[in-house]
Amino acid sequence: MAKKLVSFTLNGRAHDGAAADNTLLLDYLREGLGLTGTKTACDGGECGACTVLVNGEPRLSCLTLVGQVAGKDVETIESQAKGGKLSPVQEGFHLKLGAQCGGCTPGYIMAAEGLLRGNQSPTVGEIRSAMGANICRCTGYVKIIDAVQHAAAVMRGEEPADYPDVPAAQG
Amino acid sequence: MDALPEFQVLHPTTVDEVVAARKEHPHSRMIGGGTDLLVNIRRGIEAPPVLIDTGDLQELKTVEATADSITVGASVRLTELAQHADVQAHYPVIAEAAESIAGPTHRNMGTVGGNICLDTRCIFYNQSEWWRTTNDDCLKTTGSMCHVAPKSDGVCFATFSGDLAPGFLLFDGEIDLIGPDGRRTVALQDFYTGYARQDGSTGDGKNYMAIQPGEMVLRVRGKNTPGLLTAYDKVRIRRSIEYPVAGCAVALKRDGDTLSDLRVAFTGTNPRPVRLDGTEALTGGPLTEETFTALDDLCKDQLMSMKTTFTPGHYRRRVATQMAKRLVQRLFDEGA
Repeated sequence: MAKKLVSFTLNGRAHDGAAADNTLLLDYLREGLGLTGTKTACDGGECGACTVLVNGEPRLSCLTLVGQVAGKDVETIESQAKGGKLSPVQEGFHLKLGAQCGGCTPGYIMAAEGLLRGNQSPTVGEIRSAMGANICRCTGYVKIIDAVQHAAAVMRGEEPADYPDVPAAQG
Repeated sequence: MDALPEFQVLHPTTVDEVVAARKEHPHSRMIGGGTDLLVNIRRGIEAPPVLIDTGDLQELKTVEATADSITVGASVRLTELAQHADVQAHYPVIAEAAESIAGPTHRNMGTVGGNICLDTRCIFYNQSEWWRTTNDDCLKTTGSMCHVAPKSDGVCFATFSGDLAPGFLLFDGEIDLIGPDGRRTVALQDFYTGYARQDGSTGDGKNYMAIQPGEMVLRVRGKNTPGLLTAYDKVRIRRSIEYPVAGCAVALKRDGDTLSDLRVAFTGTNPRPVRLDGTEALTGGPLTEETFTALDDLCKDQLMSMKTTFTPGHYRRRVATQMAKRLVQRLFDEGA
């Protein structure tokens, strides 16, 4: 099928490429550009692993056609760490053990990033509803909520609170 | 999920361009967020040769909500509708319904037009191609029998699950359409044609909308009544994401201790959204046990949920009825 030119901003840089009309954003990122940080899981809008930010809002790249993001601002998990330093959200997931197998983590991090840009003091309820479209089969969600709270504290410029759920290592 | 079949995508910027494109490509489909359509395409349920993206239609992205009326463009995204201050203030049932649709990422993508026209759903329909083929295809696709109701004699029982329709039905909603023959306005009650025991309509789960080939939805409108209290509630298997087991919208008015207006509408129960017929008979007096018994009877008569999802039909009808009773009680108390 004939490809068409498509231009959008990808992770802060202007991107011009070519894609057929039936190309999904997810496949374009992973297979076309080698940005495999964004994950394919359910592939049908049920799990949130493929979440990316479009104009700052979390969207599902597995149900977005490349043509639908033309002229828009797309951010993937690859935009998070800068200069070898983890972003506040990544750091939260790392320190608070918000990631185990890691399959869902890029999606969670992008959903959290989308939430925290608009609201740096989210309640637990707000975190839960912002993560509502993501599924994690390892962590049991508690640590993910902790991770987002940690990231929010870092973004507010506060000292993150101690982690209450993991007991200190003995001896 | 299968790979997407080949199709062409058009990105018109005006409604006139859409009308022309629909004329040129009679088998095209409109795509808003694509959260339902692309899944269906990947499951081989449909294979439109042309998709028309509504994302650039600025003229359909406005919300006007005053104390008197509400008008919502088809390309308004669900997040915008849910967070619109005027909608929250004057039409809480619609804001709450929009907020309850799927998950946050879906609401950032999905549009009002898409939810109003949401394809009906069934456990025998929303499956992969090999699943459907090995299970003899159903009426809604290419099969000859409804597996939910084998004796249905050609009637498809797939369930309508859109959350916005019940709210607009409470406000005597109307829908503006445009097609090759120009514009027309249809009452929302007549727009949905799916079989619903009380109204003798001719459609079913397969032919559930009175939309003609080449037509598209422009706007949905509703008229308010002063003093109406409204709310929406919905039960889902997974509360953060998922289509409804049943959804219920209630509007009522309380004057002193008298229930002077009562409107109830449901989704997720029939092949169409149902505005309960006969609720006027329950008004004019106080809210008593008899009111609830009568409401129960109306629901039993008019809700005909079948086993189109994992939960049995009788359970869904009870869930819907119970939600309606709770909402009526809550709003009546709030109106004191």
